[in-house]
Amino acid sequence: MGLMTPSRAGETAAETVRAGITKKDRDVAGMVMLIALLFAMILTLLALFALLAQVVSESASLLADRGLDFVTSPIGSDPDKIGIWSGLFGTVVIGVMVLVVAIPMGVAAAIYLEEYAHQDNRLTRTIMVNIRNLAGVPAVIYGVLGFIIFTQWLSPVTGGKSAIAAGLTMAVLVLPIVVITSMEAIRAVPSGLRDAGYGIGASRWETIRDHVLPYAAPGILTGTVLSIARALGEAAPLIIIGAVTGLLPETSLTGFFSAVPILIYQWTGRSQPPNSEFSFTESAAAAGLVLLIIVFLFNAAAIYLRNRFERKRAGQ
Amino acid sequence: MSNVSERIELLEHGVDMSDALRTIGTPAVAETGESASEVVFDLRQLSVFYGDFRAVRDGTLEIRDHEITAFIGPSGCGKTTMLRCINRMNDFIPTARVEGQVLYHGVDLYDPAVNSTEVRRRIGMVFQKPNPFPKSIYDNVAYGPRLLGVKKRSQLDEVVERSLKGAALWDEVKDRLKESGLGLSGGQQQRLCIARAIAVEPDVILMDEPCSALDPIATGRIEELMAEMKDDYTIVIVTHNMQQAARVSDRTAFFTTEVNPESDRRTGILVEYDRTDKMFSNPTDQRTEDYVTGRFG
Repeated sequence: MGLMTPSRAGETAAETVRAGITKKDRDVAGMVMLIALLFAMILTLLALFALLAQVVSESASLLADRGLDFVTSPIGSDPDKIGIWSGLFGTVVIGVMVLVVAIPMGVAAAIYLEEYAHQDNRLTRTIMVNIRNLAGVPAVIYGVLGFIIFTQWLSPVTGGKSAIAAGLTMAVLVLPIVVITSMEAIRAVPSGLRDAGYGIGASRWETIRDHVLPYAAPGILTGTVLSIARALGEAAPLIIIGAVTGLLPETSLTGFFSAVPILIYQWTGRSQPPNSEFSFTESAAAAGLVLLIIVFLFNAAAIYLRNRFERKRAGQ
Repeated sequence: MSNVSERIELLEHGVDMSDALRTIGTPAVAETGESASEVVFDLRQLSVFYGDFRAVRDGTLEIRDHEITAFIGPSGCGKTTMLRCINRMNDFIPTARVEGQVLYHGVDLYDPAVNSTEVRRRIGMVFQKPNPFPKSIYDNVAYGPRLLGVKKRSQLDEVVERSLKGAALWDEVKDRLKESGLGLSGGQQQRLCIARAIAVEPDVILMDEPCSALDPIATGRIEELMAEMKDDYTIVIVTHNMQQAARVSDRTAFFTTEVNPESDRRTGILVEYDRTDKMFSNPTDQRTEDYVTGRFG
């Protein structure tokens, strides 16, 4: 019984084929699934849009009115005069410390675990399990860790409850994420590339430096972006470390500090004093918008770099 | 023994591009007789284990200078494993372990004093699937020399041209050296890999089924290339294509598998090793004859 066999007398093979292949699609389940998936995507986008719209609309008039002044003023008690400068300083210090401490250390650890360590070694496997667990530990606990080690024990070096202590704590928090994403990026490098290097007498390190790492760079950069976004957005560990919630006229690396998420937390829900034009809530929204912009900028930079590496990898 | 320690020292330190080590490999090329050709590799009772499993056992053969030696046999007989022992590529497999000796110009390559990176500089390898670096054609070939300290542009240009000519690729790519190596066809990519290997002036080139991913015309070109390269290098090729072995090689080693009665696993063994014309026309072992006549494959 063939698909080409005419089923009625007088039908040619061509007619049978045409009737067969122009039949209506019988994949109903597939269609339903497609609609459900589209629906889910639209819902997600709507949620994101709603968030963005809320933040923008809440902060629009304040930012339009005060503009750059909002960015450069210190925190205080009058919503018409306060700004995020103190928080911005702390957030930037945290970002820099993650870039300078967590990324190099995390990538180096990933290189060791993927390239040098013996994969079926008991010790290696134990280390791997522990790193994965650490990636899931709540941020608050890292705050306690940072408080004890960086704020108290190492206070001669960090200055106690300082931006440096906060930066180091956040660097430790994102370290497991950097290690895991870098390891996955390195693991995805095709073994033929390593063989090619070894086959002409490159040493293990030369092969890693010249071939494996450039190939893994897009994946490592993605991990970097994720880590920085995470570090810049956390508020709970910073509270434990001792971020200032009142006045903070001066910003320094080793003195009292604040950060943008702390400001948002601090200002939301504070009642608007009489005689002021803007509310604390609007200031919080504006601070939130600034934070979003900072994170977007980091993401954009990393995506740009990642695309460049990907093009090089594909040979353009 | 001072000769051996001299040679070990050269293996450890010699990164000189001025062919210092290649003089050791220069044979007294005789017009007649096989005994005049110097032995480059002397494999003695070589076994390779992956963990507890013995993948190939007791390989014993000599590879001669400026000859093409082919390893043939059915899948899983250990011919690639054997090949990779010769330049210590099996070092990168954590569970791999070697027993027996691989003597390279009299030096045991598995001696702890030997620097394996230097070994691989002198014994290069070309793989089954062409694997050019994701860089330009020029940078692919120049990578090895740059690692060895060649920095001047004019010197690099010269090495690149010489190597691409040696791989019969120069005419096709000389106007597009800056283009990516990945943009070449499969056969061209494999010749690029050969050029890359010869750019560091090795003594020996090992080829692991270099044509199995290529079409017949590209295969033919590489076989022609191998015949030309024989004058300057010693070549060992693993191939599952018997006719290729018959066409290009001077000597052929036939491997097969033997079932271990206790564990029911197959271990590779060397059945016969002789001049190619004899292997294919009048082999000594029945298993060899069965294989080369196609009675089993």
